[in-house]
Amino acid sequence: MTVLMVEEPPVVVIPRWRVIANRLLQSRAAVVGGLIVLIVALLAIFAPWIAPHDPFKIDPIHRLKPPGFDHWIGTDEVGRDLLSRIIYGTRYFLLICAITSSISATAGTILGLVAGAGSPLTDGIIMRTIDILLAFPYILMVLVVVAILGPSLWTGMVAVGIAGIPGYARLVRSTVLTVKGEDYVTSVRALGANETEILFGTVLPNVLSPLIIYFAFATPLSALIASALSFAGLGTQPPAPEWGAMLVNSRTYLFSAWWAVAAPGLALFVSIFGMNILGNGLRDVLDPRN
Amino acid sequence: MMQYVVRRLLLLIPVIITILLITFLMKALIPTDAVTAMYRGQLSEKDAAQAIATLRAKYHLDLPWYQQFFFYVGDLLHGNFGESIRLRRPVIDEIGYRYVNTILLTGLALAIALIFGLTTGILAAARRNTWLDVTATTIGLFGISMPAFFFGLLLILVFSVWLRLLPVVPHGPIAILLPAFALGAIEAAPLSQVARSSMIDVLRRDYIQAARARGQSEMALIFRHALPNALIVVLTVVGLQIGNLLGGAFIVETIFSWHGIGELAVNAIQWRDFALTQAIILISAATYLVINLVADIVYAWLDPRVELLS
Repeated sequence: MTVLMVEEPPVVVIPRWRVIANRLLQSRAAVVGGLIVLIVALLAIFAPWIAPHDPFKIDPIHRLKPPGFDHWIGTDEVGRDLLSRIIYGTRYFLLICAITSSISATAGTILGLVAGAGSPLTDGIIMRTIDILLAFPYILMVLVVVAILGPSLWTGMVAVGIAGIPGYARLVRSTVLTVKGEDYVTSVRALGANETEILFGTVLPNVLSPLIIYFAFATPLSALIASALSFAGLGTQPPAPEWGAMLVNSRTYLFSAWWAVAAPGLALFVSIFGMNILGNGLRDVLDPRN
Repeated sequence: MMQYVVRRLLLLIPVIITILLITFLMKALIPTDAVTAMYRGQLSEKDAAQAIATLRAKYHLDLPWYQQFFFYVGDLLHGNFGESIRLRRPVIDEIGYRYVNTILLTGLALAIALIFGLTTGILAAARRNTWLDVTATTIGLFGISMPAFFFGLLLILVFSVWLRLLPVVPHGPIAILLPAFALGAIEAAPLSQVARSSMIDVLRRDYIQAARARGQSEMALIFRHALPNALIVVLTVVGLQIGNLLGGAFIVETIFSWHGIGELAVNAIQWRDFALTQAIILISAATYLVINLVADIVYAWLDPRVELLS
C-alpha cells in the first residue's frame, strides 16, 4: 500500500494593511486619486524649489499676461506669477484639510466614544445636543462661528472644523454601539479585560474602518467650504495664495484674463476630485458590505 | 398620523430654544462691546460713562444674561429683529424682499436639481453597469468635487463672455437663470446618487420580480412599480438638500449679484453688523426647520412604516 503524502502548504499570514494596500492598487480610480493627492503633497513640500517665481512678487508691467513662455499659466491683476501661486496654494489647501479635519475628527471621535461607551445619562446628554446641532444647517453653523470670531484663515478653519464635529460624533457612537454587541467583545470581557482596555483595545480598532471612510469624504467637503469662505472674503485673506482667496480680486478680470480665474478654480477642483475618488476606492476596499 | 405630527412638533421645541440661544450668544460672545465703541473718543470720560449707562439700561445690557435672553425672545415675538448699524434701518425691512429673492432662487434651483438628478439617477439605475451608468456616476463625482464659486464663474465665462447668450449683468426675469442653474446643477449630483442607489435597491425587490414574471414591460416596471417607492427615500434627502441650497446661496448670490439673504449674510459678517447677521441666521434656520418638518410629515404620510419605527 502506498501512502499518499500530501505536503501541507505553508501558512502565510499576510498583514491586513498589505491586503488593503494590494486591493487599493488594483482599483484604477483609487490609484488615480492617490496620485493626485500625492502630487499635491509633493508640490506643497517642495514648493520653494519647484515654483519658477516668487508667489508674492508684484510686477505691474506684466499684469494679466496670458499663458506664455515666461509665465506658463499667465499672471494675475498685479503681475504675480499664477503658476507659482497655484503651487504655493497646495500648502494652504493641505493645511486647511489637516486642521479642519483634525478638529472635527478628534472632537467628534471623543464625543462619540464617550456617548457610545458611557452611561445612558452621558449618552443622552451628548446625543440630544448633537441631534439639535444637526438640525441646524452646516453652513449656518460655519457662518455663526465666523461671525463671532471675525474673518481670517484660522477662524475659517476653526469654524469649518467645529461644524463637522456632530457628523463624526454620530458615526462613531453608532459604530461603537454595534461593535459593543459583538461576540468578540463579550469574549474579551469574559477573559477579564476591564472596560477601558475593551474600549481602546478592542472597540476603537473596529471603529477605524468606518471612521476612515467618513474622513475620506468629509475632508474634501471641508476644504470646499473653507475655500468658499475665502472666496466670499470670510476666510483666508488676500494676498495669501489660497485658491479661493486668489479669486477674490481676479474674478473682476473674468472678461480680460479668464486664466486668472480658471487656474485656481481648476486646481481646487482637481485636488478635491482626486480626494473624492481616493475616498471611493477606500470605501470599496474597507467596507465589508462590498 | 396625528400622534406622529404632534410628537414631531414637540421635538422642535428644544431645537428652537437652542437656535435662539446660539443667535443670542453670538452677540454676547463677540469681543467688542458695541456700546463702548459707539462713544469712544467722542465725549469726556464722565459724560461717556453716563451715556453708556443710559444706553445699557435702554437695551437691557445691565441685566444678567438669562434676563437679557427673555427680552431678546420677547422682541422677536413682537417682530422686532433689531436695527442694522450699517444700513441704519430695521433689519426686517432689508431682509424682507431679499428673503423672497432667495426663496425664488433656491426654489428654481431645487426644480433644476430634481429634474437633472432624478432623470440621471433613474437612467443609471435602469441601465446599471452600462456606459450610461458610468457616465452618470462620473459626472456625479465631478459635481460633488466642483466648487460652487468656480462653477458659477465658468457659467458667466461661457454664456456671457464667450457665447454672448446672456448679458453679463442681466436685468429682469432672465437674471435668475444662471444663478439657479449654477446652484441646481451642483445639487443635482448628490440627488442623482441617492436616486440611483434607491432605485437599484427597489428594483431588486421580490414584487418587481413578480411583476416582471407577469410580463410587465420594462418601462412599466421602472415607472409604475419601482419609481413611487424609490422616490420616498429621495424625498428625505430633498429636505436635507434645502439646507445645502440655502448654504450654496451665499456663494452663488455673491457671484451673480443676486440680492438675496445669502449675499446680505456675507456683507453683514464683513460689516460686523450683528443685528443683521443674527436675524439672517435665525430666519434661515427657521426656514430650514419648517421645510424639514413638512418633508418628514409627507414622508410619514407616504410611508406608514416610518411612523411605526419612530
